Amino acid sequence: MTPPHAGGEAFLQARELSKSFFGVKVLKEVGFTLDKGEVLGLVGENGSGKSTAMNILGGIHQPDSGQMTLAGKPYRPTGPKDAQRAGLAFIHQELNLFENLSIEENVFISGFPKRRGLPLINRRKIGKETKRLLDLVDLGHPPGTRVGKLSQGERQLVEIAKALGFDAKVIIFDEPTTSLSRRESEKLFTIVGRLKAQGIGVIYISHILGDVLRVCDSVQVLRDGAVAGGGPRASMSIDKIISMMVGRKIGNLFPPRESHPGEVVLDVAGLTQPGVVKDVSLSLRSGEVLGVSGLMGAGRSELARILFGLDPFKSGTITVEREPLENPSPEICMARGLAFLTEDRRAEGLLMEASIRDNVALSSLNSYARGLSHRLSWPKLDRDVAEVSDKVKVNTSDYIRMLVKHLSGGNQQKVVFAKWLLRQPSIFILDEPTRGIDVGAKLEVYKIINQLVLDGAAILFISSEMEELIGMCDRIMVMNRGEVTGFHERGDFDGERILETAMSVGLREPEQADRKER
Amino acid sequence: MQVGENRTTLLLLNAAPWVAFLAVVVVFGVLSDRFLTIQNFMNILTQSSHIAIMAIGITFVLLTAGIDLSVGAIMYVAVAVLALFLGGIPVVIAFPLVGLIGVALGAMNGYFVIKLRGQHPFIVTLATLFILRGAAIFLTDTRMVFVEESVMSLGRTSYFGVPWAIWVFAVVFVIAWIVLRETPFGRQIYAVGQDPTAAAKAGINVPRILFSVYCICGFLAAVGGLVSIAQVAAASSTFGFQIEFPVIAAAVLGGTSLFGGRGGVVGTVFGAVLIQTVQSGLVMTNATPYIYPLVTAVIIFLAVLIDGLRTSILDTLGRRKIRVEEIA
Repeated sequence: MTPPHAGGEAFLQARELSKSFFGVKVLKEVGFTLDKGEVLGLVGENGSGKSTAMNILGGIHQPDSGQMTLAGKPYRPTGPKDAQRAGLAFIHQELNLFENLSIEENVFISGFPKRRGLPLINRRKIGKETKRLLDLVDLGHPPGTRVGKLSQGERQLVEIAKALGFDAKVIIFDEPTTSLSRRESEKLFTIVGRLKAQGIGVIYISHILGDVLRVCDSVQVLRDGAVAGGGPRASMSIDKIISMMVGRKIGNLFPPRESHPGEVVLDVAGLTQPGVVKDVSLSLRSGEVLGVSGLMGAGRSELARILFGLDPFKSGTITVEREPLENPSPEICMARGLAFLTEDRRAEGLLMEASIRDNVALSSLNSYARGLSHRLSWPKLDRDVAEVSDKVKVNTSDYIRMLVKHLSGGNQQKVVFAKWLLRQPSIFILDEPTRGIDVGAKLEVYKIINQLVLDGAAILFISSEMEELIGMCDRIMVMNRGEVTGFHERGDFDGERILETAMSVGLREPEQADRKER
Repeated sequence: MQVGENRTTLLLLNAAPWVAFLAVVVVFGVLSDRFLTIQNFMNILTQSSHIAIMAIGITFVLLTAGIDLSVGAIMYVAVAVLALFLGGIPVVIAFPLVGLIGVALGAMNGYFVIKLRGQHPFIVTLATLFILRGAAIFLTDTRMVFVEESVMSLGRTSYFGVPWAIWVFAVVFVIAWIVLRETPFGRQIYAVGQDPTAAAKAGINVPRILFSVYCICGFLAAVGGLVSIAQVAAASSTFGFQIEFPVIAAAVLGGTSLFGGRGGVVGTVFGAVLIQTVQSGLVMTNATPYIYPLVTAVIIFLAVLIDGLRTSILDTLGRRKIRVEEIA
C-alpha cells in the first residue's frame, strides 16, 4: 500500500523501496507507513520480499531507490547500529542473545555503566535497571540469571526488554511465535498491546494469520517483491490475505509430462521425532513426483534429513522397496537407492574448490575402485562423469579442470544432479532444487526431473514455490509445524487451499495443548 | 525427549575434573605418606605456578574460540632477552621490559589473527611458534643462558612463608578473575566467543577484543617465563618447549571450551594444579619417568573428550525447535 498520507504525518514511512540482488529485482517499489502505537502486520510467502524490506529498514541492505522517513526526518541507515540509534529494534526468530551471559549482561552488552572512577561494571545499577525492564515485560527472573537457562519465550521477552532499554520507538518482530508455546504467545500478545499503549510502533511479521489479525491494526501483503494489497484489520480476513499472497499466476513454464505411477518405493508410517516431526506418514511411488509444501520451519527439510539418515527419529517406520530401513545412515540410505539434494548447495552438496569431475565422482568413488589395492579406474570414471554431465547439460567442456565455484547457480545444481545420477538412485529427495537459480536454469532442472520420472525414479520434491509444486507434482503433501496437514491430488490443486493447509490460521493444537498446559 | 538425560550427563561431565582430582589425591595419598603434606602442597603450587599463569593467559584466548600455540616460544624469547641483554639492569626495570616484550609478541599474534581473517589462529600461532623459537635459538646460539643472581634469589624468596612464585600466581589469578567477571571488556570477551556475529551486531569491537586477548596471553607467557627462570636459573634451547600442551590442557581441563564462550580462570587454575599434582604423585610413588608423557596424554585426551561431549550436548539442548512439545 503506498502511503495514504503522503504529507509525512506517519511516524515511519517508506516509499517506493526497490532493491536488486545480482540483477534480480527482489523488491519493487514497496512502501508502508507506521504510526506511533500502531501494529502493522506484514505477511507474504517465503521470498516475497519481507526480509529484504526489513533488512533495508535495519540498515543491513541499502535500497537501490526509494526513501524512508522517521519522525519526519529522512532515514537512511547504513548499518545496524544506525538503525538502533534511530530507535529501531529487531526481534529476530534467531535471537541475538548470548546464552553464556546473564540477563543483565545481555541487556547492557553494548555499553556497561561503570563504577565511579573504576573500570568495573556497576552491577547494582545494571541489576536495578534490568529489573525495571523485566517488570515491563512481566519476566520474574532475577537479572543475574544466565540466559541459557531461559525458555525460548522468556528469551524473547529479554530481547524485548533490551529494546525497551535503549528506548526503541519501533520494534520489528519476525515470526515471534513460531517457537513459543500457546501460553507464551498469549503473553507476547499482551506485551505487544502494552508496547502499543506506550506509543511504540510495532511491525509484526508472521505466517500465522490468525495471530496477525488478532494483534495488528493494519495488514500489508507482499508478493514477489511488490505490495499485493493491504488495509486496516477490519477490512481484512484470512481468506482475503491468502488470495493476495497467492495471486493468480500463469504457469506455462512447466514442461508437460505424462505420469504413470508404479509401485510404492518409499513408505513412511508414523514418523515421529519430538520437537521436530510428529506422526508423518506418506507413500511415494516410482514414476511419481510428490511435492512437499509448507512454510519456513514447517519441518520439510528436517523430514528429508531424517529420511536420509542424517538425523534420528524416535518412532515410526521407513520402508524402502518393501524392505524396512533400519537405523538409517546416509551410507545405508545411499546403498538402498536414495539420493538427497540438499537445500544448501554451497554448504552441504558441493565442494566448491574442487572440479566438476571430482564433485560428480565424489559419492561413487567406491564403485570405480578396482581390485585389492582399491585403485580408481580413471578412464571409466571420466567416461561416466562425462556421460551424466551431458545428460544434465552442464554448460562447460572441461569437466576435469573447471572448478565448481566458477559455475553459475544453475550449473552448480546440475552438477549436484549429475553427482547423484552417477549412482543411479531410484528415489530422489530434492530440497529446494531451484532456489537461487534463474528462470532458464529452473526450466532445465524441471526437464531433468521429468526425465528422471520417465526413467522410473520416485521424487520427493520440497519447495517453497507454490507454482513450481503445482506445475511439477502429481501430488502435494502439506506440512505445518512438523505435521502433515493435508494431501492434494493433481487436477485438484488450488494454491489458496494448499496455503490454507500450510498456515496455522491461529489454531495450533487448540484444546489439547491448553489442557496439557493447564 | 532426551533433554533430561542430557542435563544429567552435562552435570556429570562438569563434575568429572573435580572427581578426577579427588581420585588423584586419594590414590597418591594412599600410595605415599609424603604426598598429603602442607609442604608437598606448597611444592605443587610453586611448580605449577608458571603453567597456571600461562594457562590463565591462554584462557582469555580460548574464550574467544581462538588458540595460541606460541606461548612456549614467547616464554623462551622473553627469558633469552632477559638473560642476554638485561643482565646488569635491576629487576624492577628488567621485569616490566620483559613483560612488554611479551605484550609485543602477543600483539604480533593478535595482528595476524585479525588481518588473516579466515585463517585459523591455530595456523597463525603455529607459524609464530616456529618464528619465535627460531629467533630465540638465533639469539642464544643454542647455548644455555643464565640469569643474574638477583633473579634467582627471587625464586628462593618467600613472603609470609609463601614462595614468591605463588604470590605472582595469586595476583595474576585475582586480577584475571576480576577482569573477566567484572569489567565490560571481560564480559565482551565471553560474548565474542559465544557468537562473534551477534557481538559485532551488539556494537562490540570484535577485532579489538581479539587483539587484546592475544596481547594478554603474550604478556602472561612472558610472566610465566620469569617465574620459571627464577626457579631454574638457566634456560637451555628446550626452555618452554612444548609447554603449550600442558598449558592448553590445564585450561580445557578446567572447563574452558576450545569452542569459545565457556569457562574461566578458576577452572584453569584448578586444571594446572591437577596436572602438577599428578606429576608430583608420580614422582613420589617412584613411577618410571617414561610413563609421565603417557599420563599427561591421558589427561589432555580426557579434557578434550569432555569438552567435545559437553559442546555437543549443549548444541542439542540449544537447537531451535520447530514444534513446541508441551511438557505437562
